[in-house]
Amino acid sequence: MGNRTIKVGALARVEGEGGLEIVVRDGEVKSAALNIFEPPRFFEALLRGRGFAEAPDITARICGICPVAYQMSAVHAMEAALGVEVTGPLADLRRLLYCGEWIESHMLHVHMLHAPDFLGYAGGVEMARDHGDIVRRGLAIKKLGNAIMTLIGGREIHPINVRVGGFYRTPRKRELATLVDGLERARDAAREVVRFVGGLDFPDCERDYIFVSLRHPGEYPFTRGRIVSSRGLDIDASQFQAHFEEFHVQRSTALHARMRHEGAPYLVGPLARYALNFESLSPLAREAAREAGLGPVCANPYKSIIVRSVETLYALDEALRLIARYEEPEHCAVAIEPRAGEGAAATEAPRGMLHHRYRLDADGSIAEAVITPPTSQNQGMIEDDLKSLVGRFLDLPEEELRHRCEQTVRNYDPCISCSTHFLRLDLDRG
Amino acid sequence: MSAQTPRPRLAVWKFASCDGCQLTLLDCEDELLGIAQELDIAYFLEATRAPIRGTYDLSLVEGSITTPHDAERIQDVRRRSRSLVTIGACATSGGVQALRNFADVKEYASIVYARPDYIHTLATSTPIADHVKVDFELRGCPIDKGRLIEVISAFLIGRKPVTPAHSVCLQCKLKGNVCVMVAHGTPCLGPVTHDGCGALCPSYDRGCYGCFGPMETPNAPSLSGWLARLGMDERDLQRVYRTFNANAEPFRTESQRHGK
Repeated sequence: MGNRTIKVGALARVEGEGGLEIVVRDGEVKSAALNIFEPPRFFEALLRGRGFAEAPDITARICGICPVAYQMSAVHAMEAALGVEVTGPLADLRRLLYCGEWIESHMLHVHMLHAPDFLGYAGGVEMARDHGDIVRRGLAIKKLGNAIMTLIGGREIHPINVRVGGFYRTPRKRELATLVDGLERARDAAREVVRFVGGLDFPDCERDYIFVSLRHPGEYPFTRGRIVSSRGLDIDASQFQAHFEEFHVQRSTALHARMRHEGAPYLVGPLARYALNFESLSPLAREAAREAGLGPVCANPYKSIIVRSVETLYALDEALRLIARYEEPEHCAVAIEPRAGEGAAATEAPRGMLHHRYRLDADGSIAEAVITPPTSQNQGMIEDDLKSLVGRFLDLPEEELRHRCEQTVRNYDPCISCSTHFLRLDLDRG
Repeated sequence: MSAQTPRPRLAVWKFASCDGCQLTLLDCEDELLGIAQELDIAYFLEATRAPIRGTYDLSLVEGSITTPHDAERIQDVRRRSRSLVTIGACATSGGVQALRNFADVKEYASIVYARPDYIHTLATSTPIADHVKVDFELRGCPIDKGRLIEVISAFLIGRKPVTPAHSVCLQCKLKGNVCVMVAHGTPCLGPVTHDGCGALCPSYDRGCYGCFGPMETPNAPSLSGWLARLGMDERDLQRVYRTFNANAEPFRTESQRHGK
């Protein structure tokens, strides 16, 4: 049992292609590596020479699971570069669209990708044979997320209605009103989901994470706010590269990230958002979190399934609030004049903070693009989790151990398609 | 189908792509569990841990071929598949990553990666049909959910899928949309683009940007003349054909007629 290598050739129930390799020597985990073999698609290169207005549609194609996140970071970064601010109902509609993506992505992950790990199934479809009502309830909530994206964005994958400056067409009040009954039912169902996931069996482990997320006074973060950390960092999105760096390791087509000053990996995503913004959750979401046994900080990565469910409940609550206060804007977009400039923005993708920075030429063409996706930021932390958590499972039979390693990665809802610029489990015990 | 008859085995494969087209299957919230009763979802890495084993009756293939390893893997997928259907713009045309076909991939790698020597990639991104026999191609970036269900249903019944090949332009007429190009002077690829989206962009007061790729026998040079009259310059014309189906003829050829 002392020396071995655990390998997962191709991780399942994650978005994109990657594997794991864990080396055990004398009963201790020596190294844990995520191998990302998702083929590179070179987005930052192919964006050069394209028009600023093309960025939201092109970058959406980085990820079919979180296209709205890419569109939102792109439009806000471009607007920063072009000296434009989008406010009022247009900003609310962006937030509402983002609620849709969180609901869709979180419910997919909770029911189809993550819950099967806790209940011992290969996947959500297999789980549905024994737990049909639970899976159907999850899919029904997910469907409401898609309904929001379809109404505002035109379609749920790669929405067509987002543009720099606003939208192509804004919805009528009566169109949004059609979502209300469904959202109210979904909100009740999401409350049940939080109870259900709160009752799952969790390994007992708390980690000492550096949490990083956006924070904006009075609102749980989606599209705006300063970048803050649990160690006191508080910066504008334009200062991101001064505090965070990406580096390239041989085993991966994704870049890793770390904090420059601490030289340490950090965590983005639901656990970080929740810890840094608990007070901004709606009373209903806070109450459900407490009922599920969570305090204002959750540092057990396996319990991210609870936090995702709480965030889903919040997103449904928030969507209803935004719809209730929506007033049709006079114009569907603010006017844009191309100019030379540089702009950066971060928004909160379902799986964590997504940073874009662009430099534009005078005619509005993209001279440089730097995109830092959440999963590449989390890679270091995933490997850290594997190193520190796998040790306690080494007595498990090979297949169970392999499964536990996979689950440890799935805690992050990693999006490998995104991070390429990501997993095989190879556990080497010598 | 009786319990004694084995259900057809479905596999979903991924090559270079964004995962959006396979997500479309998981986005069939009302149909997914029903589909799972008719088909054995035997290999679908995004949804289940079940390993690759034996052969599959229906393979859905997402993504394009961009690495030497994937060029070999698709041959194995073909050998394991009774029917092979490609889903989405990456698999049917090469996708947005085919923009490298017009550039130097070494330069691309050096822009994105500190150590381009760690990266193994091909100079081009090519559709699946360039490598193996494809039984049916489903277009779109992303594919349309309704059409995916039609393709799966047609396979189960044993008939050809009904997916009309007319243009987005015709779909607008069927839908009763006001023409964004004629009425608003908004540049639109609807006249040369394969329908399948239900004329989505024009329905949102936006010109079609060609994400379903070229229709059968389009007249792109004629459209380019009209687009130029609406104020698009040579660079704009090259950009408009070079997006998610840049490598698909005749978008490819038309884009090469324009530019600086």
